[in-house]
Amino acid sequence: MFGFSMSKEQKMVSREVSKLVKGLVSDSAHEMDENGEIPGDVIQKAWELGASVSSVPEEFGGHGMEDSPIESIIVLEELAYGDMAFAVAATSPSLFINPIRTMGTEDQKKKYLPLYCKETFNAATLALNEPHFGADVMSLKTTAARNGKSYVINGSKCFVPLADQAGHMLVAASVDGENNLFIVARDNPGLTIGEREKNLGCYALPTFEVELKDCSVDENDRLGGSEGCDYTLFIQKTRVAMAAMAAGIARASYEFAKEYAKGRVQFGEPIVNRQSVAFMLAEMAYEVDSIRLMAQKAASELAAGKDVSRSSYLAKMYAGEMAMKVTDFGVQIMGGHGYIREYPVERYYRNARGISILEGMAIV
Amino acid sequence: MINIDTPEKIDKMKNGLNNLAKGMLRPIARKYDEAEHEYPQELEVFRSMSVMGKKPKKNGDESKAKPVDDGEFKVGQNLGTVVSVEEMCWGDAALLLSLPNAGLGNAAIAAVATEEQLERFGSKWASMAITEPSSGSDSGSIQASAELDGEEWVLNGEKIFVTCADRCDVAVVWARVKGVEGSSAIKSFIVEKGTPGFKLEHLEHKLGIRASDTGTFVLNNCRIPKTNLLGGDSEKKKKTEGFKGVMKTFDNTRPMVAAMAVGVARAAIDFTREKMEEAGIKIDYSANPNNVSSVLKEFYMMEANLEAMRLLTWRAAWMADNEEENTLEASMSKAKAGRYGTLITQKCCELLGPMGYSRKYLAEKWMRDSKIMDIFEGTGQIQHLIIARNILKLTRNELK
Repeated sequence: MFGFSMSKEQKMVSREVSKLVKGLVSDSAHEMDENGEIPGDVIQKAWELGASVSSVPEEFGGHGMEDSPIESIIVLEELAYGDMAFAVAATSPSLFINPIRTMGTEDQKKKYLPLYCKETFNAATLALNEPHFGADVMSLKTTAARNGKSYVINGSKCFVPLADQAGHMLVAASVDGENNLFIVARDNPGLTIGEREKNLGCYALPTFEVELKDCSVDENDRLGGSEGCDYTLFIQKTRVAMAAMAAGIARASYEFAKEYAKGRVQFGEPIVNRQSVAFMLAEMAYEVDSIRLMAQKAASELAAGKDVSRSSYLAKMYAGEMAMKVTDFGVQIMGGHGYIREYPVERYYRNARGISILEGMAIV
Repeated sequence: MINIDTPEKIDKMKNGLNNLAKGMLRPIARKYDEAEHEYPQELEVFRSMSVMGKKPKKNGDESKAKPVDDGEFKVGQNLGTVVSVEEMCWGDAALLLSLPNAGLGNAAIAAVATEEQLERFGSKWASMAITEPSSGSDSGSIQASAELDGEEWVLNGEKIFVTCADRCDVAVVWARVKGVEGSSAIKSFIVEKGTPGFKLEHLEHKLGIRASDTGTFVLNNCRIPKTNLLGGDSEKKKKTEGFKGVMKTFDNTRPMVAAMAVGVARAAIDFTREKMEEAGIKIDYSANPNNVSSVLKEFYMMEANLEAMRLLTWRAAWMADNEEENTLEASMSKAKAGRYGTLITQKCCELLGPMGYSRKYLAEKWMRDSKIMDIFEGTGQIQHLIIARNILKLTRNELK
């Protein structure tokens, strides 16, 4: 049934994640960012929410629940509201689990899902982005060439979250111009994990360059088997997820700047009593809602099994643009204080830049 | 549950209305833009239709809008209206404002009139006269006066920017009752054309929506029956009566104006898309937006903004249908749609180049028409003020 408000269950999910995030990262996000590290127990506690495995059949270690893109975006917004680095790290196994669950062969599900659907967090990831000018995940430079009963992958990847810990990763590569995903074990001799990257945002998220040099994988490890997979749908699902995270980051900046402006007194009254500041906050408020609505629209269409090429594309594009605008306003409203790392708005601003640049850091 | 995938019912409704707009409004859009103020006779067929979702309802009929939850989706009145308005404005915004018997005054009469008033004025074309030369956004400051003299009200004052001023049969006039303090003194009165002392002074020449007859009324000791006080004088009308009641109707009408902005902006985007495709530019929702041409990137961003405008509008209307407080969301939809409708129609003209500047095409007209959506029914600045007060929990004295 068409509607704009959350059901009781959806409200419960949102509240539960929000509560967890508050307890886990709200006070420590700054420290994690400065230290460039998310403590293992923080990730583990988030993992225990079960968001990444809820739709995995019970026989493979999941909860066997119905796939719900709407619930996924609710969870992602709340996690990213706490911290984007944390949101990506805590859900990174989904980038491996979700495509296998929805597009893998029975053998692939049986073989790989149980490894990453355990009680304890076990890193798995996705190698998607490429480190060259004009990079586009829809036209991959990384190639996979058939060689007898295997494929040989060559290419470079970047921004691979948790590549150092992940037992397996999905690698996006083109087979004769067709985009595909391959399951690659970390100990494959053709795969080299480079130095940890130093990025503009998400300091706490370990990301790596990954080199694939004559990396040979069994033909059975091509996702979906000889037919391949619906790579386009996979990218679309990651775009919806990125938009949802953008809503979280933008909201965090909006709320922080709003509270600050209410308490900040200049010329004898709170700066929020001035239209120049109040109107910026008003704009932030409706842009946060707009980002979320765009993500909801795409997620609703996904749930209805419709073609989401347009809605997912526009949602991510809008989210990238507007999260940047909102977080910029957040810094600006706080003036000099917004520029100081002691306050979180500069971190939101750095992190938001990633929404339009990065692809596939989360999935619904 | 959150599910904002467009229901099939709405898609069907949109298609039907779009055909109507394409067949009946588009072909005469340019004609009446140039023949400013001339009544579009072609619109007579709409007289008995309720395109704006404003059928006069019987008093006491409370079944109006709230969708009954029987498992089947029903399009609520407000959502239905914003969907219709978008399609009609895609056809032509000024002509939508010119539909017979669909004035803003009709909405007010449908909402609060007494049985007797419905009987007398339900089938008349009613305009709404609020604004005055020195009272624009601050509608609480109106000066037009009303004084009870026996069985008659005596009205005095000047009303400007009245839509359908020429074509209407009656005007719903806001005036301040003499001897009463504060905003509760503001009431609305139904004044019939031809009443002595009630004069249409002149019609305005405007930037856009030229087919719409915007005019000025002067009330000079204009005497109307006591029973023409809209909504009557009875106590049970308290809820909808007075200034607050009328301000409340903005929660329904602001999303309507937002929907107008969506419709006009979509017309401009659709035309631009058509011309881009004719020029061999391929629209492809997959390539990294940083790898596409500047024209395409601007185009995608306009589409994204249009989508956001529409979603904010539908949300506000849906909330009204579900009897949820929506003052904030109504203003959000109007603030976003008013501003971005203006920007989109400007940008389309730019991208279209000569085709955007020439009066041979409608793009330049859409740029002119769109601008009003960020002005009437509360300017963009007023919307930001309402949003800001709402989110910051500040009173009108704290945030002026």
